[in-house]
Amino acid sequence: MNNFSIFMRGIVKENPVLILLLGLCPALAVSTQAENALGMGIATTFVLVCSNLAISLLRNVIPDKVRIPCYIVLISGFVTLVQMIVEAYAYTLYQALGIFLPLIATNCVIFGRAEVFANKNNAFKSLLDAIGMGAGFTLALLLIASVREIFGSGTWFGIEIPILISNNIPILTLAPGGFVVFGFLVAVVNKFSKTGTRNEFGCKGCPQAKACGKGGTLS
Amino acid sequence: MSFEGLIVILVSAAVVNNFVLIQFLGICPFLGVSKDIKSSAGMGFAVLFVMVLATIVTWPIQIYLLTPNDLGYLQTIVFVLIIAALVQFMEIVLKKYIPALYLSLGVYLPLMTTNCAIFAVALMNVKENYTLVESIFNSLGAGVGFLLAMVLFSGIRKHTENADPPESFKGAPLTLIAAAILSISFFGFSGVIENLFG
Repeated sequence: MNNFSIFMRGIVKENPVLILLLGLCPALAVSTQAENALGMGIATTFVLVCSNLAISLLRNVIPDKVRIPCYIVLISGFVTLVQMIVEAYAYTLYQALGIFLPLIATNCVIFGRAEVFANKNNAFKSLLDAIGMGAGFTLALLLIASVREIFGSGTWFGIEIPILISNNIPILTLAPGGFVVFGFLVAVVNKFSKTGTRNEFGCKGCPQAKACGKGGTLS
Repeated sequence: MSFEGLIVILVSAAVVNNFVLIQFLGICPFLGVSKDIKSSAGMGFAVLFVMVLATIVTWPIQIYLLTPNDLGYLQTIVFVLIIAALVQFMEIVLKKYIPALYLSLGVYLPLMTTNCAIFAVALMNVKENYTLVESIFNSLGAGVGFLLAMVLFSGIRKHTENADPPESFKGAPLTLIAAAILSISFFGFSGVIENLFG
């Protein structure tokens, strides 16, 4: 697989949110406003890049049996770093993301890339993979958040949209709206995906599938 | 803290601010493992169990170890590691001493490490300045709420699996829209606390 397709894979073909249906908690929870979604996407991408890079560089040092605790320590260390940076330089974002900022540590996209890609490939490929996956995650979040913000509160990045501002649908900014918008977006993706395979929840995309004993495989 | 206060925390965490349907925590297992009632109940009980246990372990560590020594910034690393270690430890203990429970909950235990609901409940207890008893009631409520959502949703999924929607809505989209309707129904609980205890 060449470098370009490794990069593009995370954005289109194996988009972590819209195709693999991973990392849904932050994707649905912080996507009420495009601004927060962008912040969350960038924070997650940063952690993903750092953890993929570190894990691929250390892949020959970390013994296979204790790799999962090692990944957990590395990932949560980078998350702590991001928490500090965001608190220092973007305090409003820090407050808006709230509990979901430390929860990046349990985002299964990051853990999944470490387990599936970074521990088998060299640093450069892992970096490309992380940037691609991070960009895919950010774009998907931005898409969900844009739909919810434009139709739910009639604004986009805080800018008021003339007709929609007085004709908004407030439920879209609440929890049910998150599920509905995401459901429709997945349906749209299903409609246009060439592979014809329906994406399904379950073990296929889950990084824990191997540990779970259900024998999931992912390239 | 009065008993009434504890009940308010419990009800609030279980239904009013339901972890899955209102706060979007633990969505992956909620959508992934809710295909039949047996596995959703298993997952629900496993989460309930680990949540309470994780609270009992993480709360004292935060209050007596991290806060007095000004190590609050280590919270994320310490909590995630403790939860992961706890899950491993429980797997070993259950396998050895309570094989029956291991058979029913064991398969879900490895999934707990990346379950954000458990980590979130531990963080919330500290953020809200709960005492240990309040924290335990909060995690109990959160766990019960998760279990409730899982079991209810498995009942709904049984019907959505047999439904005949348009081609592109088959599978995940239909499941998500069903979850949205369940989530709307949980909005009916808002105001319960004010009316019962207010």
